[in-house]
Amino acid sequence: MSRIHITTTVNGEAAEFLTDPRETLLDVLRNQLGLTGSKEGCGTGDCGACSVLLDGVLVSSCLVLGVEVQGKTVETIEGMATDGALHPLQRHFIEHAALQCGFCTPGILVAAKALLAQNDNPTETEIRYWLAGNLCRCTGYDKIVRAVQDAAAEMRGAA
Amino acid sequence: MIKVHLWSGLRRLAGGAEAVTVQAATVGQMFDAMIAAHPGLEPVIKAGVSVVIDGEVTAGGRNLAVKPENEIYLIQRVKGG
Amino acid sequence: MPKDELKAGFRLVGTRPNRPDGLDKVTGRARYGADIVAANMLHAAVVRSPYAHARIKKIDASRALALEGVKAVVTRADFPTGLTGEDWNLQENTIAGDTALYDGHAVAAVAATSALVAQDAARLIEVEYEVLPHVTDVDAAMAPDAPVIRAGNADHSVPEGMHPNVVRYIDFGHGDIEAGFAAADLVREGTYKTEATHQGYIEPHACLGQLGADGRGEMWVCTQGHWYIRRMCAAVLGIEAANLRVTPSEIGGGFGGKTTIFMEPLALALSRKAGGRPVKLVMSRAEVLRATGPTASASMDVKIGMKKDGTITAGQVNFRMQGGAFFGMSPIAEALPCAFACYDIPNLMHEGYEVLANRPKAAAYRAPGSPMAAFAVESLLDEMCRELSLDPLQVRLKNAAKEGTKSSYGPTYNRIGLVETLEATMAHPNLSAPLGPNQGRGVAAGFWFNHGGETSVSLQIGEDGTVGVSVGTPDIGGSRASIALMVAETLGIEYEAVRVNVVETGSLGVNEPTHGSRATFASGKAAVEAAESAIKQMCARAAAEWGIDPEAVEWVDGAARPAGENAGKFPPLTIGEIGAKMGGTGGPISGHHESVPGGVGASFGVHVVDVEVDPETGKSTVLRYLVVQDAGRAIHPAYVEGQYQGGAAQGIGWALNEEYIYGADGRLQNPMFLDYRIPVASDLPMIDTVIVEVPNPGHPYGVRGVGETGIAPPLAAVANAVAAASGARLRTLPLSPPKVLAAIKAGQ
Repeated sequence: MSRIHITTTVNGEAAEFLTDPRETLLDVLRNQLGLTGSKEGCGTGDCGACSVLLDGVLVSSCLVLGVEVQGKTVETIEGMATDGALHPLQRHFIEHAALQCGFCTPGILVAAKALLAQNDNPTETEIRYWLAGNLCRCTGYDKIVRAVQDAAAEMRGAA
Repeated sequence: MIKVHLWSGLRRLAGGAEAVTVQAATVGQMFDAMIAAHPGLEPVIKAGVSVVIDGEVTAGGRNLAVKPENEIYLIQRVKGG
Repeated sequence: MPKDELKAGFRLVGTRPNRPDGLDKVTGRARYGADIVAANMLHAAVVRSPYAHARIKKIDASRALALEGVKAVVTRADFPTGLTGEDWNLQENTIAGDTALYDGHAVAAVAATSALVAQDAARLIEVEYEVLPHVTDVDAAMAPDAPVIRAGNADHSVPEGMHPNVVRYIDFGHGDIEAGFAAADLVREGTYKTEATHQGYIEPHACLGQLGADGRGEMWVCTQGHWYIRRMCAAVLGIEAANLRVTPSEIGGGFGGKTTIFMEPLALALSRKAGGRPVKLVMSRAEVLRATGPTASASMDVKIGMKKDGTITAGQVNFRMQGGAFFGMSPIAEALPCAFACYDIPNLMHEGYEVLANRPKAAAYRAPGSPMAAFAVESLLDEMCRELSLDPLQVRLKNAAKEGTKSSYGPTYNRIGLVETLEATMAHPNLSAPLGPNQGRGVAAGFWFNHGGETSVSLQIGEDGTVGVSVGTPDIGGSRASIALMVAETLGIEYEAVRVNVVETGSLGVNEPTHGSRATFASGKAAVEAAESAIKQMCARAAAEWGIDPEAVEWVDGAARPAGENAGKFPPLTIGEIGAKMGGTGGPISGHHESVPGGVGASFGVHVVDVEVDPETGKSTVLRYLVVQDAGRAIHPAYVEGQYQGGAAQGIGWALNEEYIYGADGRLQNPMFLDYRIPVASDLPMIDTVIVEVPNPGHPYGVRGVGETGIAPPLAAVANAVAAASGARLRTLPLSPPKVLAAIKAGQ
């Protein structure tokens, strides 16, 4: 099958690739652009380990085709720390031991960042429902929720 | 002499007693002596059993020391996750 | 002597520093199974049986091989013959021989230049099947008319006259069971069932394997134990273990399911057939659920005798478990001794059967067997406490096993912490939280043995006094941090000066996997021993420098100091000063330790859960959850809490949602996360934890191991809470809303 040329912006930098029309955005990120921080846990949009922002909207990159990102902007976990400084969410996840195996962590961080972009003071319930599409099998979510709460407080300047 | 407690399934292969008494200084000698006295035990011991010495499930194998004052139980091999 | 007795407080043990691999894991840098590539790499795909039980009549790969980019196809014909026992099990499960034994059983595999081509090629491999009768339910598989899955698999223990699918029988007990029931005021019995569940790690199995015609190869793989991968792959392929170098990736969860092989030999066999090109093989989620380690399903009879004051006089269980179509895979031998392990009961009888069924080969899952056993026993105990109007925690305390108790499985307990755990539970504020309408509280206790296992660790002193530690137990939940804490504590240096590396099979002696709750216990204990050995050498270097006897040197706060009559005669030599000079004072300094460590300490936990049941829908909502467990000692308390919370969450999923659903055709109907529903964030409340510390005298810092016990109590605790909230006592899991609703309606 002939491959299609796509130009896009990934983590603020111009990127281009050739893709088979059957390949997902997740395939392209991982296999062509070398961005393996986004994970495939299911391939069916159920686990959220592949969460990225597409034009600022939280999506499961396993449910987006590579050809769909022509001219759009993609943000992945690799772009979350800026100028060498961790995002507050990343820092609080480490400090709260909010990860065990760490496999779901990139997707959860990207999803939590999207939450805080639209709600800087989410309740526990709001955090839990927002993250309901991101499966974690290790932690029972307790420390994840607390890390998001504390990061939000710090970002509001309340910490 | 050391006393080795058996689970019910093993007792049927060792004359029916709740425990067997053998001369041994190590787990390996203990197994050998048990098999010599009760050949029916051989396939079970060869397949692997857990030796519990003084309340601890050991995994040290044949060279572990056993003494007359130890409490020794054989139990089905236990695996972990 | 245990360090607990040497000094009361620790400088580092018990603190909560950032884990050393945290930065890699929050930035996406950490490399998991599917995250690496090799030059000239091929991609593989696997052809799997769509039938639960079928004879494989013919495999035709000619159309696949004709596809451009396809480099190799393997079938069972590419593997050696003559394997026996567990090696045969492993090979047969890796790739079917004459017969596909379950839905999803691998039949062939193909390697091609891209993953898409490999998937296309897999669809072109034509397999002709003759469908055979199948059975997936454990009780049905024991029935006289059940199809025979494989005759001749039963071992010596199975009584005559049983169906050939019954392959193991276990019985043990003590006292006089009939006299025990006669002495009781209340005797009750019940039958309890649990469905198979999956470990549900979010990372699918993945590996990158390379094997040359010379029998030498390498593998990168997500696993709990890379020496197991090496041994098992070598056996299945007929190659030499030392010629296969296995490097563990970061691991995206395991819970017991990654302690064995599934598809790894296929990657190696394809590589060998494709001229030694590396082959990457990554499972889909559906493949993970259809063909990798679920736990057993269980059908369990329990009978208990109790006096009016709550004293348990007798207990009897008869468990049936299927662990797939392979001998020895069910956790029946673990479930039985766990059933009454929490209690001091004078009269006990245990019987259990392992049964083959047309299901995937079960793998270990967190405290294998214990959750099912606890569901049955702790549910019936709860029913009896209610009938006798007794407090369920007081009854558990009254009968609790303690040091000196003859355990349910025979041996006498050493120092254990169940009583302390129950007392801490009773003191917790959750016990007095008010309950509203349709809300109920459930409690349950649980047990796990914990495990030592083969362990090899080495430790190197750097030229600047920093320390590298090489361990063979993959870090699933923070073990690098806990091992670094213990080594730094022992050496008297900073936590940040210790780097713990999980190293490949060529670097250490054989290590068992991170299983049995052993990583912090066993690798930690060996690392402390290795540190002590390095300290001895550093003291000897200092003694030589000072010209005094090595025995006259002591190690304090990261430095050698002259002791006794030499005290104060020379300024201390720090680890950094000794490290800087070691090239000229005798060469590298390293500590090394290998053993099968003794001193394993069992662990007990008690859970309390408050549930609200919606009487209109039957849906259960977990309102409040408490885990109390004896850790021995918490080296890094945050990761101990994490283990408690994670175990509880998995148990809640098992209780309420998770199950393998097989159709009448024997095919798994829910092989995706949408339908195999593990708990999501909005399903759970915060999970409160209490770490009880009854130090294990068998470990230098008192560690018992904390990973597994936490999944034992939740199944029963949730079922007991649902019964309290709704009046519906369900004895079959999961407690899905339709089931609970039907039970409520039936009781009205």
